[in-house]
Amino acid sequence: MAKILKGRVLVFGDNIDTDMIVPGRYLELSKPQEIAAVAMAGLDPDFPKKVQPGDIVVAGRNFGCGSSREHGIIAFTANGVQAIVARSFAKIYYRNAIVSGLMVLFSEEAHDIFASGQHCEIDLEAGTVTNTDTGRTARCDKLSAEDIAVWAAGGMVTEYKRKAQAINQRG
Amino acid sequence: MHALEKLMANAAGVAKVSAGDRVWCKVDLALGIDLYRNIIDSFHEIGLEKMQHPERAGFIFGINAPAPTIRAAQNEKDMREFCKKHGAHIFDINSGVVYQHVIEQGYIFPGAVSVANDSHATICGALGAFGTGTGGYDTAAALGFGEMWFKVPEVIRVAIRGQLPKGVFAKDVVLKILRELKSDFAIYKAIEYTGETVAAMCLAERMVLCNMAVEMGAKTSYIQPDEKVHAFLRGRVKHDYTVYTTDPDYEYCAEYVFDVSALVPQVALPHNVDNGVDLTDVEPFAFNQGLVGTCTGGRLEDLAAAAAILKGRKVHPDVRMLVIPATYEIYSQAIARGYIQTFIDAGCVICNAGCGPCLGAHMGVLAEGEKCITASNRNFAGRMGHMNAELYLASPATVAASCVEGVLADPRKYL
Repeated sequence: MAKILKGRVLVFGDNIDTDMIVPGRYLELSKPQEIAAVAMAGLDPDFPKKVQPGDIVVAGRNFGCGSSREHGIIAFTANGVQAIVARSFAKIYYRNAIVSGLMVLFSEEAHDIFASGQHCEIDLEAGTVTNTDTGRTARCDKLSAEDIAVWAAGGMVTEYKRKAQAINQRG
Repeated sequence: MHALEKLMANAAGVAKVSAGDRVWCKVDLALGIDLYRNIIDSFHEIGLEKMQHPERAGFIFGINAPAPTIRAAQNEKDMREFCKKHGAHIFDINSGVVYQHVIEQGYIFPGAVSVANDSHATICGALGAFGTGTGGYDTAAALGFGEMWFKVPEVIRVAIRGQLPKGVFAKDVVLKILRELKSDFAIYKAIEYTGETVAAMCLAERMVLCNMAVEMGAKTSYIQPDEKVHAFLRGRVKHDYTVYTTDPDYEYCAEYVFDVSALVPQVALPHNVDNGVDLTDVEPFAFNQGLVGTCTGGRLEDLAAAAAILKGRKVHPDVRMLVIPATYEIYSQAIARGYIQTFIDAGCVICNAGCGPCLGAHMGVLAEGEKCITASNRNFAGRMGHMNAELYLASPATVAASCVEGVLADPRKYL
């Protein structure tokens, strides 16, 4: 099970809202690849060309504020973004990420030590985010073995799948 | 325990819960909305074969409705078929804004738990109910299971004191709170509003406070139900319900007090909800569109405030003004009271009940560089159309006064 995540960093600021991530006019789209193509259309329409599988987003406070749209998660997962590290996350966004299996980590300091294009290494168990270009390290959430296992299995949606299976068997 | 904790404990079938506990609660109403076809995909991906409690589940078509595109029409068609197959509610395009409609229809009551793929579910707090927005997977799971897990939130108390001056409304109060405490001060927490100002407010005004609790980051909101709530629900809710109260020794995680007796109309400048200023400090600027409507500013009281200003006046020729009653019940009452005629005579455009252009999906979206003064809830860049359009949040009265003058205007001189 992966406990170290490595990737190129893309940096965003504070209050990245869900209208920036996927504007309302695209909510009729429902397939992941369609949503991937309009990711960040409200802020940087070229984002889908810039993002690469394995990238890690580092952001400021209140990431994902606004709507409950799961498009806000799919926009990143369908582009292969493996984690988002932010000063804070909007409540619904954070929960949607945990359910969907998108790694989301709080870090008060990470935003100060990265520029877009630099590279990072996250140690989930130690709770550190290191800028491997500069050697600087920031603290982030330290995850328990259980948290890591839930994420590695695909997020809390796996709990729903088990629950559904149990109900179906009961008939 | 807080009333919200008692409510959640009851829904979870346990005697006691405290902040931080994770509990599965019975959901009294789970709602998908017409924007999110992915809910159906998630339902199937989870492996759900049928809904455990279809009488507590459904889809509502009030946002992207009537369908503006073929894709949206197909989505809505799929959702209707899905609901019919499972025996769930279909609140079709003649409903209006999500929670306003189901509240009017008696589905939300003190002590109820509700989730929807609508972040403004926090409005349920105005009735002493627990409402929170959920994403596609959670909504699908709640539709299927009839229950959902929640982490019990800590509660912040926001006390509001003083008599609101004439021409100053709940929307101004909520923009002031956001301006002072910022858009993330309540993340993961619940907000309870208390105080004499809240007690004096009509239900519609309380709904504005609770509705925009999500803009403060809150998971849910709460106002202790009183006789005004019971009077509104009489004839709508056909069963008994329990009103929970907070124990005197409950400890809030934070408390704030606002005195609104000298508050002036507020405007949140682009591009964030907490970017508020006193209207009197803003140089009047020309704008292109005014909007009175949505879950935040489309209730009868909002239309009444706008109509009082527009009566016998005309919308400025350089401005387009949209009026969107939140639901058909409100639309109907607005006709009976003559407001709709007033709006038509003033040169407004009346759209069908629902969310209108608030989230930029249809019906009055903005071109590049345009400005809109709006009674809705979010002024994020690109929210109502082009990413370089500008949204200014204000009360319905401020929107109406501004539409008359063609520049941002103070409503107090008209009231």
